[in-house]
Order: sequence, then structure tokens, then C-alpha cells
Amino acid sequence: MTTNDIKKMVRSNLRDYGMYIALALIMIIFTVLTKGLFISSRNIANLLNQSGYIVVLAVGMTLVIVIRHIDLSVGFLAGFIGAVTAIALVSWKLPLILVLPGVLILGVLAGLLTAYPVAKLGIPSFVTSLAGWLIYRGALLLVTGQTGTIIIDNPTFNALGNGYIPDIIKSETFLPGVHKLTLILGALAIVWFIAGQIRNRKSKMEYGFDVLPTDMFVMKLIFMAAILGFITWILAGYNGMSWTVVIMLIVVFAYDFITQQTVLGRHIYAVGGNPEAASLSGINVQKITMMVFGSMGFLTALSGILFTSRLQSATPQAGTLFELDAIAAAYIGGVSAAGGVGKVTGSLIGALVYMSLMNGMNLLGTDISLQYIIRGIVLVTAVVFDVSTRKTKV
Amino acid sequence: MSPSFLVVRNNVCGARNNEAGMETAILEMKNISKSFPGVKALSNVNFSVQRGEIHCLVGENGAGKSTLMKVLSGVYPYGEYEGQILFNGTEQKFKAIHDSEEAGIAIIYQELALVPEMTVYENILLGNEIRKGIAIDWNKTIQRATELLEKVRLKVNPATKIKDLGVGKQQLVEIAKALSHNVKLLILDEPTAALNENDCDNLLDLIVGLKEQGVTCIMITHKLKEVIRIADKVTVLRDGQTICTLDAHKGEVNENVLIKHMVGREIQNIYPAQETRELGSIILQTKQWTAFHPVTGRKVLDNVDFYIRKGEIVGLAGLIGSGRTEFARSLFGNPDNYQLSGDLILKGKKAAFNHPEKAIKAGLAYVSEDRKGNGLILIQDIKNNITLANLKDIMKSWNVVNKNLEVKVAEEYRAKLNIKTPNVEQKVVNLSGGNQQKVSVAKWLFSKPDVLIFDEPTRGIDVGAKYEIYCIMRDLAAQGMSIIMISSELPEVLGMSDRIYVVSTGRITGELPAAEATQEKIMHMATN
Repeated sequence: MTTNDIKKMVRSNLRDYGMYIALALIMIIFTVLTKGLFISSRNIANLLNQSGYIVVLAVGMTLVIVIRHIDLSVGFLAGFIGAVTAIALVSWKLPLILVLPGVLILGVLAGLLTAYPVAKLGIPSFVTSLAGWLIYRGALLLVTGQTGTIIIDNPTFNALGNGYIPDIIKSETFLPGVHKLTLILGALAIVWFIAGQIRNRKSKMEYGFDVLPTDMFVMKLIFMAAILGFITWILAGYNGMSWTVVIMLIVVFAYDFITQQTVLGRHIYAVGGNPEAASLSGINVQKITMMVFGSMGFLTALSGILFTSRLQSATPQAGTLFELDAIAAAYIGGVSAAGGVGKVTGSLIGALVYMSLMNGMNLLGTDISLQYIIRGIVLVTAVVFDVSTRKTKV
Repeated sequence: MSPSFLVVRNNVCGARNNEAGMETAILEMKNISKSFPGVKALSNVNFSVQRGEIHCLVGENGAGKSTLMKVLSGVYPYGEYEGQILFNGTEQKFKAIHDSEEAGIAIIYQELALVPEMTVYENILLGNEIRKGIAIDWNKTIQRATELLEKVRLKVNPATKIKDLGVGKQQLVEIAKALSHNVKLLILDEPTAALNENDCDNLLDLIVGLKEQGVTCIMITHKLKEVIRIADKVTVLRDGQTICTLDAHKGEVNENVLIKHMVGREIQNIYPAQETRELGSIILQTKQWTAFHPVTGRKVLDNVDFYIRKGEIVGLAGLIGSGRTEFARSLFGNPDNYQLSGDLILKGKKAAFNHPEKAIKAGLAYVSEDRKGNGLILIQDIKNNITLANLKDIMKSWNVVNKNLEVKVAEEYRAKLNIKTPNVEQKVVNLSGGNQQKVSVAKWLFSKPDVLIFDEPTRGIDVGAKYEIYCIMRDLAAQGMSIIMISSELPEVLGMSDRIYVVSTGRITGELPAAEATQEKIMHMATN
């Protein structure tokens, strides 16, 4: 390999994995600055639980931005749905098993409502979702107006944002203080990942395509397994995986699968890349628009549930500026404002970068004013980096 | 005398004698090389233009013409290419388009750069506003714009909005805009590609007129007839190299010579031979097919009676705006939401499609005329574009795309259609026009249609790629596919069709078997 090849490889990998590297850097810096406090199991668990509601929103927002739209209504919609959940549980005393699907459906309907004028009449989504922003803000104030903050006393519901998955083996002698079920799940994930990679490689070889040489392939597997193992170990060191992390992982996996592997995903990126060409290729752009906003609504409801559960209460201010946090996370994660480009996994990393900054600076006791300024700088740096590395052709 | 006289010219054809001392060069590009990752787009290109001449730049798609002009205009700034540019005798290091404009070079691209919502006079002096204090002096602006419009012989009210003008007139506005910069060297990149014959004539006359006013002009074009008509000199590029510069005044320029230099071989037949064959039964037919525009209520199509047989190539001739594309789109799922009446009969059954999705399912395909605008997804790679209209054929369970199969399919089409690219993971935006068109064709072939509508199949494509596209069409027809070909190039319609319909103002004004058709007959019907 010549130095030129290496340079090229580094550059193309920088672009693909730039955000992962940035996340790792940020984590290392905060770990050093906080003398290890940042990377402690307890803090990482806390960080992930804090991030849940924003990751879920950022995933939905990714698709919305990919199809060249925006949804400003999600913050207050999440707040409103959280309040509805609280009222249904506390005032109406409805069972959780009914309330959760109910509010998720409510979210989907709200998303479709925002999308309808966009898809059918070509009204800019900025306008309809801004209207939604106003309406849901009013609705949130309306339903919390008499009571103010609504405290939720349903322990199952509150566990969604605060609880951890139970451990199956309780042993005081074997690895005390380590969550065994989390370790087992992590091990399963590693096996599943390796099996998938091997299957993929086999299939490629059957088609006669180029694959990585065996030694490099094995090295890649070991490297990825080590990272997965490390994350598992950290999580297992406190209370294990939280329910929030489980929900987050399911959402990211499901959306990554849909966008990267299925026909629906292809259609979404085609609509984002060139709506007219997509339509002439037999793709129903209106349907895709409705589906993407419907999914945004669904995830908004989920986000509202997670946030409300984490606070164990619904407040009149819930959801304020969530939409901008989600948009920032998506942009940091490499979504292009011009449409057609951006991955769900990127937005996950973007959200984690964003929340790590917040978490790390809180640990350091950084003043809130400075925190906002630094977050702004990171946002613009990330996008500048992304755009400029995209320009260098490979 | 400027130092540029000392330059030794590239003289591959041996066509030119060195008489540099007699002429003054306005532009000298010396040993220009420009690489993109994996491709050497230009290698040691020498190109010189004398003051006051019309110099045509010809070559196949991907030969490097546009790249060379982008180097000249500063789109690729100094430092991103190798070589030297002398303009008016002094070396230039353009860092941006702005620098070259300053020096007196103006480029007019195929895709026009006008603001549709602004008026003609606003556009002409955009970026070059006449000021009175800090405000714009609108009276002087209008006066100046009017002068410039006279120069380009365009008779429109300067207060007209650009969006209300036809493409031909917009082109003239663009030239007027260039002239407002006091341009010394005007570069036109395929200016006539989107124009009808009348507008073409006007434009060519204008270019000759400008030459008389002292404007030097470089014109990139694929239409060799135009080259022969107006060029003083012609430079041929092939595979990123200067092949030769020919002098029209010495009788060195004719169509055969140009084609030979462009493709590196002599093309005997521009159209592949037609084998006589039995046509099948009628596969698609319209009866009293009428369409109204959904907003303006204008009658777009008027009682069109049309049919095509299995394995037939039917040409749709007519002027731009005559309703040919509208007809095609009205068949193909009616994406423009025209109000339709009349019958569409496909394979003996009445059909109605309210979305291209349905039309594709029923076996129609439409290769659009505007491959960049609505044909391809430029930011995606070749394979994704090829499979987009028929993902179900590469689907596993759960609607999962089989990406390995996808690569295989795309590779097959790449080989079959000779798409020039290192691999099918290349983004379409990086391909030349001809290769983009082939991707577009591949996409619709993969949808396995019975009736394929080709809207301007060879627009903006070089001679070699044209021939390949024609061969593909012949093969498909021989295999039983029915092809509707919309084309503004009459020789193409005559050379390829089994039968020709002539369209004018939304009506079929004539139907001719290929054997009886002539250019004169068609033009007569088209202007009827």
C-alpha cells in the first residue's frame, strides 16, 4: 500500500466514520477532564437515559429531512401527548395497556394531519408544522392549565424512563455488582453481529464480488466485537440496560433496517433525491410523505412517553425546543438539508454527541450560557466538516 | 505583439500552417491537464482562439469539452488543473467565475442561469446593476437593457418576466446579459440543444452578427450542420486530448471529416440498418384522446387517434411545444393531472392510469427528455438508479432489497449498454451526458416494458453514443418491444421510425409510413 492509498483510505473513512470518531473524542476529553467520572457506568447509564427522547425524535426527523421537509411541531406535540398520557393514567385511571397504544395512535394521526396539506396541496411543511407548533403548545397549556404539573404514580409507566431490565441470575459470588442479563444480551449481540457479517461475506463471495481479505475481515470483526463488548461491560457495571436503552435500540434497529434494506427505504431516499424522477419511476410521493410524517408522529408520541416517564410527571413546559434539538442532532449526524442524504445511525450518533456535550459540561459545572454557545459551535463545525469532506470526490 | 505568438500549436492533423504571426490570439490554453479521481479528463490539451472568430469545439460526450471550458471560466480554479491560460496575451489565474467575467469571458450554459420570477431587464443587469447613489437607477437599467436587447435582436418588452418567455428567447436574454459585461470572449455550451429550428436559425445568425461587432465566440455543439454553417475554425477533442484544429476557410471542415476525428473511425451509417420484419398486432391505441390543462383549462391534446403495433418503432415528429411530450405523459399515468377524455386501449383492454406506478405495472416505460431534471436521481449511484422502477424484481422476503443481486443486475446492464464507468457504485452526477442517458435507458429496460416511450432519446449526446442508442432501439424492436420515439431531429425520425405521426398544437396533423416520409413533408405538416 502506498502512502497515497493510505491517505485516500483515511480520507474516505474520515468521512464515513467522522462522527463516530468525533463522539469518541468528545467522550475521551470529558473522561479526562472529569477524571474518569464521565465514563463511569453510572454516568453512561444516566447519559443514555437522558438521550432516549431525543434519539427517538432525531430518528424520525432524519427521514423527514431526507424527503426535503421539516417538522417543527414535534416538541410541543411530544409535550402534549405526555400530558394526555398523564391525564389518562391519573385522572381517568385508564390501564396502561390501553393508554400506550392509544397515545401512539394519536401521535400517528397528528403526524398525518401535519402531512396532509403538505402532500396533497404542496403547502410547505415549515408552515403546517409551525401551525402545529402553535396549536400543540396551546393544547398543552389547555390540558395542564387547571392542574399545572401532573404527577404520575404508575410505577410501570415510570419504569420506562427510569427502570432497568431485571437480572435473571442473582449471584453475590460470581461477578458481584455486574448485571448478568445485560452481559448475556451483549454476548448475543456480538454473536449475532459476527454471524451476520460472515453470512454477508459468504453471499458476496457466491456472487463473485470482491471481499475484504480474510485477515482484515477477522481484524474488523475483532475490533467491532471489542467495541460492543466494552459498551456492554460499562452498561452491565451499573444497573444493566435500562428500558429506555432497549426502546432506543429497537427504534434505531428497526428504522435502520427499513431505510437501508427495504424497498420502502429506497423509495424514501428516491423521493428525497429527486421527487419528480421518483414519481415518474412509479413511486407515490404523496404516500411516502404521509408515511414519513406518520412515523414522525409515532416517534414523537414515543418520545413524549419517554420524557414524561423520566420526569414521572407532565408539565406545561414539557417539549420546549425538543424539535430544534432533534434537528440539530440529525444535522450533526450527517443529514443533508438538500434532501436525499442521511442515515438513521448517523442521527443516533449525532444525538449522542449532542447529549454527551450537555452531560459532560454539566459534570464540569459549566455555566448554561457557555453550554449553549459550545453546542452551537459544535453543530456548525460538524456540518461544515460533513459538507467539506463530502466535496472531496473519492 | 503579444508573447502568445511564440506558442507552438498542437498540430496533430497537420491541417494548419503556422501563420500565427498574421493573426492575434485572444486565448491560448497550453498543456491543460485536469484529473478527477480515477479519470484523466484532460491531458495536455492545447487550444487557441484568434480574435474575432467563431471557434467551434466538438467532440463526443466525455471528450472533455465542458471540463475545458470550466477550467477556462474558473469553475475549476487555478491550482486544480495543470497548464497555462493566456487571455489577451497575459497569463490568467482565475480563482472563480467572477475573475474570468472580470477579464471579459462569459459562459452561457445549456442550463440557463436566469431568475424566472424576475423581469428581463432585472435579469440582464443582475450582478452588474447600474446605481444612483446606493439605489438602483431603474430608468437607466431599462434603457441599457433595451439597447442590449436590440443588439441580440430580441423584440420583447423588457418588463416581461423570464418565466413567460420561451427557451429560445431566454437564451437571447442570457446572451444580452453576457454582453452587458462588455464581454470579449463569449462561450456557448450547446446553445441550440433545446431550441426548435426557427430559434436555432435566429441564434446562429445572431452569433455571426456578434462576430461582426468584434465578439469572439467559442461554441460547443453536437450539431455538425451548425458547425459547418458558422464556424471559422473547429477544434476536435477526443478522450481528453486535442485531436486537431481545422480551418473552415481552407475547406477542411465537412461532416465526414469531423465525425472521423470525433470518434476516431469513419461512421458509414448514422442509423443502423433496418431489417424488414413482420409487425405484430396493435398493442396500444388511443381514440379521441383529449386532455385539458388542470389549471389554465387549455386544450393540450385534441382528439388524438394513435396506435402502435408490437415490435414497431413509431416516431412522433413536431415542433417543441406541439404536445408530443404531453401526449406521452398523459399515457404514462398522467403525472400532470390533465383532465382526460377518450379511450386508451392497451393489449385490447381499456385502461386508465392515475399514477405512473400503474402505467409501469401495465408495461409502459417513459425515458424522459430531461434526464437530469426528472429522469435520474443524480446524487445516487448507478445501481440504485437502474433498479428504482423495478425493485420488486430484486426483492427478497419482507420487501428486503437483495443488494448483491442488484449489483449483478446493474453490472449486466453496464456491459450490455456499454456504460463507461469504473463501477456501478459511481454517482450518476459524475457521468457524462451520454452515459447518464444510458443509465436512464437501463433503468427502463430493467422495468421490462412492452411499450417504451423515448422522449428525445439522443438530446445532448455525441455521435458514437447516438449510434449505440439507435442499435439498442433496433434490438429491442426486433425482440418485440414497441417504441414510441419523440424527436425534434428530423433525420433521426426518418432514420429510425417504421411509421411517423406528425403533431402540431395538440393534434395529429399527419401520419406517414417511413418510406413515404421526407423532411419537407413533415415540416409542412408540423407547421400546419
